[in-house]
Amino acid sequence: MNELKELRPYGDSFNDGKIQVSFSLPLDAGLEAQEVARQLAYKMGLEEVNVVDMKNIGEGFSFFIIYGKLKYGVDASQIRVAKAVSRSMSYYEINDFIREHIGRKILVVGACTGSDAHTVGLDAIMNMKGFAGEYGLERYPEIKTVNMGSQVANEDLIKKAMEVNADAILISQVVTQKEAHIKNLTEFVDLLEAEGLRDRFLLIVGGPRISHELALELGFDAGFGQGTKPNDVASYIVQNLVKKV
Amino acid sequence: MEEKIRISWDVVDRCRQAARSITDDIMVHIHENTTTTVERTVLRLMGIEGSDEQGIPLANVMVEQINNSGLLGDGVAFWLGNAMQATDEGPQKIAEQVGRGEFALPDLPRQEPAIVRQKVAEVAERGLERIKKKRAERESLMKELPPGPQPWLYVIVATGNIYEDVKQARAAVEKGADIIAVIRSTAQSLLDYVPYGPTTEGFGGTYATQENFRIMREALDDGGREAGRYIQLVNYSSGLCMPEIAAMGAVERLDMMLNDSMYGILFRDINMKRTFIDQHFSRMINAVAGITINTGEDNYLTTTDALDEAHTVLASQFINESLGFKSGLKTQQMGLGHAFEIDPDLEDGFLFEIAQAQLIRQIFPHAPIKYMPPTKYITGDIFRAHLINGMFNLAGVMTGQGIQLLGMLTEAIHTPFVQDRALSIENARYIFNNARDLQDEIMFVPYGRIQQRADEVLLKAASMLESITEKGLMQAIEDGMFANISRPQEGGKGLDGLVKKGEEYYNPFSDMFKEELSIHE
Repeated sequence: MNELKELRPYGDSFNDGKIQVSFSLPLDAGLEAQEVARQLAYKMGLEEVNVVDMKNIGEGFSFFIIYGKLKYGVDASQIRVAKAVSRSMSYYEINDFIREHIGRKILVVGACTGSDAHTVGLDAIMNMKGFAGEYGLERYPEIKTVNMGSQVANEDLIKKAMEVNADAILISQVVTQKEAHIKNLTEFVDLLEAEGLRDRFLLIVGGPRISHELALELGFDAGFGQGTKPNDVASYIVQNLVKKV
Repeated sequence: MEEKIRISWDVVDRCRQAARSITDDIMVHIHENTTTTVERTVLRLMGIEGSDEQGIPLANVMVEQINNSGLLGDGVAFWLGNAMQATDEGPQKIAEQVGRGEFALPDLPRQEPAIVRQKVAEVAERGLERIKKKRAERESLMKELPPGPQPWLYVIVATGNIYEDVKQARAAVEKGADIIAVIRSTAQSLLDYVPYGPTTEGFGGTYATQENFRIMREALDDGGREAGRYIQLVNYSSGLCMPEIAAMGAVERLDMMLNDSMYGILFRDINMKRTFIDQHFSRMINAVAGITINTGEDNYLTTTDALDEAHTVLASQFINESLGFKSGLKTQQMGLGHAFEIDPDLEDGFLFEIAQAQLIRQIFPHAPIKYMPPTKYITGDIFRAHLINGMFNLAGVMTGQGIQLLGMLTEAIHTPFVQDRALSIENARYIFNNARDLQDEIMFVPYGRIQQRADEVLLKAASMLESITEKGLMQAIEDGMFANISRPQEGGKGLDGLVKKGEEYYNPFSDMFKEELSIHE
């Protein structure tokens, strides 16, 4: 157990800390650029830095591949992570689960709220096409979806969720400036609470800067960050709907 | 040339015949109607530019005004000409006055139609000349700086900022890219207007504006001269402003446009009745402008299984081809799309990819086939992605694809970084160069897996097309026959922009294009 206290990457022997890094610089390849890359690697916490490849990649940019030894370790015995969903099910499992345990189609309303015009995250989860090889919710035979698109007012989203009797509300926040998304998300929860509707829906927020922990802080039921696939969200919804009923 | 796989040409004929009959039906609908974006395109081609005080494009202001009065069935060109005759001003002046609310087009007294048409035709003629001039410019540049050998290396830039896009595009050209596509900002396809000016903020892409087109064109002309080959520029003639963007591309000398007859319907939930009309007018513009279209069948394979639904791609290609012909496009302008999307874990999956690519290559021998990279099974494991992209590149060069959209090792992570693009270009150049003439050495085993697979896909495409002839294409889409997505005929976005043509409908460009392209109805 003790050896997890100061855990480092493993190259070919325990805790040797060996890692590879690659990046480009807006500099022509050359000894100066190579030195910049090397110093950057040291600043990243690498030792025994070795720039193994450098090349021009056009328009005054250069590309580097670097190996080095990471001088930091992490106490792997003390890690706790907040997770929205403990087990992600597959598309088929989820549909079967709904048929078996819920016995009706479930309804999900999604929107990008506030000033956010970027539906890329919402579409990745909701649209037929889905994301990273996973079908979007729209494709699930047992899930009905309403995708309200971008720049939806909090009030309108609540109205729609009531109107269609939604089980879950998905809010996507992709682009935000000066933490505007936080304010907007808090307002949404406040609004629901003021109307006594907070417990009526599963409230889910997603976006590249969202974590489950942050979502809980803001009063949501779950948060999903980068790399989330539609089935992760669907798994959360169905697993928690069953608990709710 | 001897056939590498045997093609049952009688089945191909059945497919083409069915596609013709399917699209005949669609053409009836197209001829009876126009749309707000088609009419706005007419105004743009008449030289109208700019926005009103609230930032609404003048073309939108004018078309909306006519449409709200229930007069759009006359064609906006009539009402513009009417104003030109009544006020003795030019189109832009009139547009600006209307934009400032100085008068409304329908309020002006109706002028003698023959004189109005005469007046409009003179201006429209100049619009057409402008397009033809750009086409001639491309042809002469391509002669001076011939593009590299096919498959052409096609990469995307998508920073959101046109000036960063320029840097990345130039870097890609220096590395060996032949074609640069500027990805559009997310959801621009659903905007029912086209913004103006250079833009530096977009997500997942950069707004398609005429000024952005111009900036990138200039950069690629420069880069192309340095690289010694003509660099082709791509954008998206799709979404709710399909023909307007075609018009912008025509006058800024874009070389390719993503322009599919059904993509918007299926994947953007745009109303089908609207889209069919828009695609026709946009394709006539592309045809006259010498622009190569790229169709979007590759997308079918990302929502459905690439192995099971391969025939839907081929069927759709026949439909796109037929609608393309009916819009005056030449085969050489049809970058029919498909993709390398079979599950990489499938045993012999590569053979099925080859079968599809070779089949399409042989059925459309003169079309610059557009081959899309693996995306569906790309997860974030960049090393695996780089390897799969290598297999994709090998499939491309050994089956003689025309346009190879390079896969990025960071697909599914972010829009490409400058180094991602450089690595993918290196990947493709290595393989294309290393296996350049491999295709000339290949004959596929007559009863082998590849031949059998190709036969099966072709037969299934024929029976799919024949079943569509019975129910009609709109019903087929409603039934979810493409990409497993069902869209209702009266649903989706943009239906409110559909307008029935009146008896006196007038669109000078439609008439001129048809003459130019020898389209006989």
